[in-house]
Amino acid sequence: MLDPSAYELGVTDLDRLLALLADDGYNCLGPTVRDGAIVYAAIASTADLPRGWTDEQAPGHYRLRRRGDDALFGYNVGPQAWKQFLFPPRERVWQMSIDGQAFVPAPDVDAATRHAFIGVRACELAAIGVQDRVFGGRPFHDDAYLARRAGAFVVAVNCVEAGGTCFCADMGTGPAVEAGHDIALTEVLGGDAHRFLALAGSERGAALLERLGCGPAAADLASRAAAGIEHARTSMGRRLDTAGLPALLARSLDSPHWETVAERCLACANCTAVCPTCFCSSVEDTADLDGGLATRWRQWDSCFNPGFSYLHGGEVRRSTAARYRQWLTHKLGTWHDQFGSSGCVGCGRCISWCPVGIDITAEATGLRERDAHKAERPAAAART
Amino acid sequence: MATVAEAATRNAALLPRPWRVVAASRESHDVVTLELESAAGETSAWQPGQFNMLYAFGIGEVPISFSGGDPRRLRHSIREVGTVSRALAGLVPGTLAGVRGPYGSAWPLDAARGGDVVIAAGGIGLAPLKPLVERICAERNDFGSVSLLYGARTPVDRLFGACLADWRAQGIDVAETVDHADAGWTGQVGVVTTLVRRARFDPATTRAFLCGPEIMMRFTALELERAGLAPTAIALSMERNMQCALGWCGHCQLGPWFVCLDGPVFDWPRMRELMMVRGL
Ligand SMILES: Cc1cc2nc3c(=O)[nH]c(=O)nc-3n(C[C@H](O)[C@H](O)[C@H](O)COP(=O)(O)OP(=O)(O)OC[C@H]3O[C@@H](n4cnc5c(N)ncnc54)[C@H](O)[C@@H]3O)c2cc1C
Ligand code: SF4
Ligand code: SF4
Repeated sequence: MLDPSAYELGVTDLDRLLALLADDGYNCLGPTVRDGAIVYAAIASTADLPRGWTDEQAPGHYRLRRRGDDALFGYNVGPQAWKQFLFPPRERVWQMSIDGQAFVPAPDVDAATRHAFIGVRACELAAIGVQDRVFGGRPFHDDAYLARRAGAFVVAVNCVEAGGTCFCADMGTGPAVEAGHDIALTEVLGGDAHRFLALAGSERGAALLERLGCGPAAADLASRAAAGIEHARTSMGRRLDTAGLPALLARSLDSPHWETVAERCLACANCTAVCPTCFCSSVEDTADLDGGLATRWRQWDSCFNPGFSYLHGGEVRRSTAARYRQWLTHKLGTWHDQFGSSGCVGCGRCISWCPVGIDITAEATGLRERDAHKAERPAAAART
Repeated sequence: MATVAEAATRNAALLPRPWRVVAASRESHDVVTLELESAAGETSAWQPGQFNMLYAFGIGEVPISFSGGDPRRLRHSIREVGTVSRALAGLVPGTLAGVRGPYGSAWPLDAARGGDVVIAAGGIGLAPLKPLVERICAERNDFGSVSLLYGARTPVDRLFGACLADWRAQGIDVAETVDHADAGWTGQVGVVTTLVRRARFDPATTRAFLCGPEIMMRFTALELERAGLAPTAIALSMERNMQCALGWCGHCQLGPWFVCLDGPVFDWPRMRELMMVRGL
């Protein structure tokens, strides 16, 4: 059974935790400030974390702001997801040459790097779980993804404040970290104290916490951590009514609402680029000049890109309305049929990073209203 | 020397296997049939309706259905429409093609035993149906009346002319039509749907298999429904953009389905509503 001990860590203990992970051969990655946004990059110590920063998020809006304190995790999610490390934006899938009657593959490029992800939020853990099902939960397994995934050590952080575009509470994915992590931290600031409640989520997480050798959490730490998570839960910036959503979308394929969204949507694909669950990719085959060495690349693609649905003779989804319909219907509807969960974890990234501020929760509500209206009309007609 | 089998560690599922072109024959001005044998002594347990990802070295990879052959010798009939299909169609005997597969669902042939069969093909859509017809011919007594309704754009686009004659001789009712006739054409002109009305079959026991342009399959399925076939008795093969054929790339989605995993062969009830929506 997993060690249920709750430990109390200070900032220096967190530094020691990072050092232990580095000693164990992990490449520690965590939130850092770059170009006015919080992005994931290599970190050596807590000094690299966005101390004292928070983010202000709204549809089409993301801005960093100073907090009045020294919180290390006092913000929500930025434009990047951990996805980039498990499912790289561009990857060499294989390279090979022809030798007589055989294909001769070149050796693998990256010997599996083991990453430690520091500061993973509940919604992001849920998103990683979603991608685990895409690449490892169906008939064909992506060995490269699964190797990177198995090597990843996850230090999660509970959110004690919700962002302006967050709605994980409605998606059932947060704000509390529940599964899929090795260690879960909750940051608690108060008076002069800067403390972290630490709980193990796996055997290797428990082993690491034991090695760290911190004392048990003081009684008030656990209750203050729980209160912080509860505060986040009740202050979500967005709400999404998920009741019957897959069925609603399945019967809304002809809804006039898609055209309304298409009037604003630029089909820029920002939403799919920032989304932590989007998994679409395309391959590219290249050859060196004499054609003797061939390489296959795989890169992220988007259902908004021209050519995504290309077939001989033209694209299946020519209009922006058809593309937006595909994105939203897949995220909130058909994903359930395919993978047994929603494709949306409520992180709010697509809302904040849409240049025209299209809000997935508002569009789902818009579709629901049109659907209700459609259902009412025949009844009204029957009365007259 | 390292062989493919030893070194395939990363994304092994995405690595093409070497198959040698042992014959290449031209079926029409834009369709070539390749016959492939494994250069590594492998076999392929494919079923009619399934497809392979065929790779032209250094150029690209596309989904192509099985158009005949056996586990040791694969036949693929390729219509030249773009860069990759042209490169594949240009492969000469002795060279290597990359092969991944077999992928996807097969024609539900066993369900058709004991009853009548209607097979409707449009254009290159005859290729994926050809091994099905060949199986039926090999076990002809298991089936009642068998109609093959085949539509080509023009007489010069007709495929597998020798096979058509052969199948007729084996008791298959072959009816043909073209969209546009030429001076020498004395047969039927018009869409495949019109052939449905003339075909003889008992709707209560008939199974139908359709492959061709989406619009042709939609109208044919509706016509067969009108003729009294149960929607579940109609199977059709769908086409979508495919980058991996493994359910990862997302390109082949059609409503809740991944055409590569759940299809390409679907029954009509699963496609009916989706095929009525434009641009899905
Ligand atoms: C299940 C299945 C079975 C099939 N069976 C057969 C068969 O038996 N015989 C046959 O002839 N055909 C078959 N096809 C169709 C065949 O796969 C296509 O004709 C083939 O992919 C065309 O490739 P191409 O490079 O020659 O043509 P192109 O039209 O040049 O396309 C090549 C590929 O490049 C990509 N591409 C091209 N243009 C763009 C763009 N503008 N933007 C983004 N991407 C682009 C697409 O991914 C496309 O698949 C089948 C298709 C499917 C899905
Ligand atoms: S919804 Fe917004 S982010 Fe997504 S494609 Fe449209 S404009 Fe771009
Ligand atoms: S759809 Fe939007 S809110 Fe949902 S997981 Fe993707 S980026 Fe986050």
